[in-house]
Amino acid sequence: MPNRCGPPDSVGILVPSGMLGAGFSPGTITRGISLGADVIAVDGGSTDSGPYYLGTGTAKTTERAVHRDLRLLLAAASSARIPLVVGSCGTSGADSGVNWVAGIVSAILAEDDLDLAVAKIFSEQRPGRLIAELERGRIHALPPSEPVDTATLARCEHIVGVMGHEPIQEALRAGADIVLAGRATDTAVSAAFALLHGMPPGPAWHAAKIIECGAQCTTDPSSGGVFARVDHTGFTVEPLDPDAACTPASVAAHMLYETVNPYTMREPGGTIMVAGARYIAIDERTVRVEGSRFEPTGQYTVKLEGAAVTGYETVSFTGIRDPRVLRSIDVWAEFFQKTLTDRVETVLDLAAGSWAADLRLYGYNAILGELERPPATPHEVGVMLLVSAEDQQTATAISKLANPLLLHLPLPAMKYLPSFAFATSPAHIERGAAYEFVLNHVVNVDSPTEMFRLEMTEPSHA
Amino acid sequence: MPDTRGAARTLGELALEVRSKNAGPFWMTLEAFMPDEQTYRIADAVITPELISDLYQVPPTSLLIFRIPDLHVVKVSFPRPIVQGSLRDRDMHAGQHHVPLANTVVPGRARLPRGERGRAARA
Repeated sequence: MPNRCGPPDSVGILVPSGMLGAGFSPGTITRGISLGADVIAVDGGSTDSGPYYLGTGTAKTTERAVHRDLRLLLAAASSARIPLVVGSCGTSGADSGVNWVAGIVSAILAEDDLDLAVAKIFSEQRPGRLIAELERGRIHALPPSEPVDTATLARCEHIVGVMGHEPIQEALRAGADIVLAGRATDTAVSAAFALLHGMPPGPAWHAAKIIECGAQCTTDPSSGGVFARVDHTGFTVEPLDPDAACTPASVAAHMLYETVNPYTMREPGGTIMVAGARYIAIDERTVRVEGSRFEPTGQYTVKLEGAAVTGYETVSFTGIRDPRVLRSIDVWAEFFQKTLTDRVETVLDLAAGSWAADLRLYGYNAILGELERPPATPHEVGVMLLVSAEDQQTATAISKLANPLLLHLPLPAMKYLPSFAFATSPAHIERGAAYEFVLNHVVNVDSPTEMFRLEMTEPSHA
Repeated sequence: MPDTRGAARTLGELALEVRSKNAGPFWMTLEAFMPDEQTYRIADAVITPELISDLYQVPPTSLLIFRIPDLHVVKVSFPRPIVQGSLRDRDMHAGQHHVPLANTVVPGRARLPRGERGRAARA
């Protein structure tokens, strides 16, 4: 436990699951609290589900699921008198995501009559400020991206800066019981409290990386939460599900998960170095890790994430079962593309390049495309046509032109019109705006907190 | 395709798991988890820059390969040829891109002579 009279010997971190709203059993929390948790940390977001969530500023999770998880976490934080830190609120960490989670939190505090101080940390960035930073030469590309230009910054729907642990610590120092952070590194969410209480950065950051995905570092990744205790020479980690185990291999292997480099990981203020880490089994389900290092950087950098609209999409779907067509499915696909391109030009008078279509043959080579081995004749094929255009109306107009082809297009040599199997009526669905991640850049900053805005809500003393 | 020394075996058949995943929106990472030292040595010999470049149509210079004998793992990372979520991205989490690597035919249990690295993998 952190000792308020002096630096604590260790800090216990409870991570209930890999993502807020994913669900966990109430026993996960009881067990974590009984192990002496000093803080609860949970990640609320990720870029992994694609650019849509940052593009729209909406969450991948539902209000009902987040409400359910938060209700258990807030009750535990309140009764154990320990802070709760939520990172990357609302999936993308956009300001709307922080406000969305804050709204759910304040509803629960009122419903359950809890009296907790809530901090919101906003991480959304104004393009104007970033353009000024770009002009000062303070924005740099990360590999494999090219330097960014002002037009790209200006066309983003939302841009977030990815915070380190310092803005979270600022909120905790200001007396927050609940910290709702915008976009934050997954690790900062778990490391902030331990670092605030004087734990050394090597073990604190490495522990945070190991536990950020919940039970992903255990022998049963679907089991739920994990608990880590960071001290002055290392950390120990164990699953919160009594049936799961952490083994030296399961813990060490987590450094591979979704990382480019398993030995070093860049944080805003430095690099986590784990090449010299030793993983030792304490018992059959607990692992001790020592020898991790953190190397501070000379220049503090904040990573940017930005999503821009690339067009509007309409998706159509049909199925082909006829072996005569399937035997020559490549020929059919090529004929489809050519016929559609001709029709779009003739009927809609749209120049090539002002629209695009991706024809995907599910059951044949849709997923891997050119990387696929030449497959044998498939049994049946699901044909997805994804059309992108400058506006929704045009994307749908192209899809409507494609409709008779998806229903009847023969092979070039066929003397009759086949009819394929539409799955739904209509066969197309408007997808709305489509987004793309367009930033993979960092900003050099003078202060770790200068790009983030802290807003405290006092307890209601209800 | 069949290995003359016996039935053709793939890296996926020898491995505990071959997996792939995004490492952020701009990178992809592949890992072959091998069950023991012997199979790790096979994976280590077979997974060359040339093999990955050929299977994934990416420049060999863009590859980062990590050989981790302690975990019996070979890990390969490279920039995503198609940015996540763009029109032509058909694997949002890059979670199915391990298959070409897993399907790579490897020699039997014996260790390959150095000269045969890569060539055998594409057999």
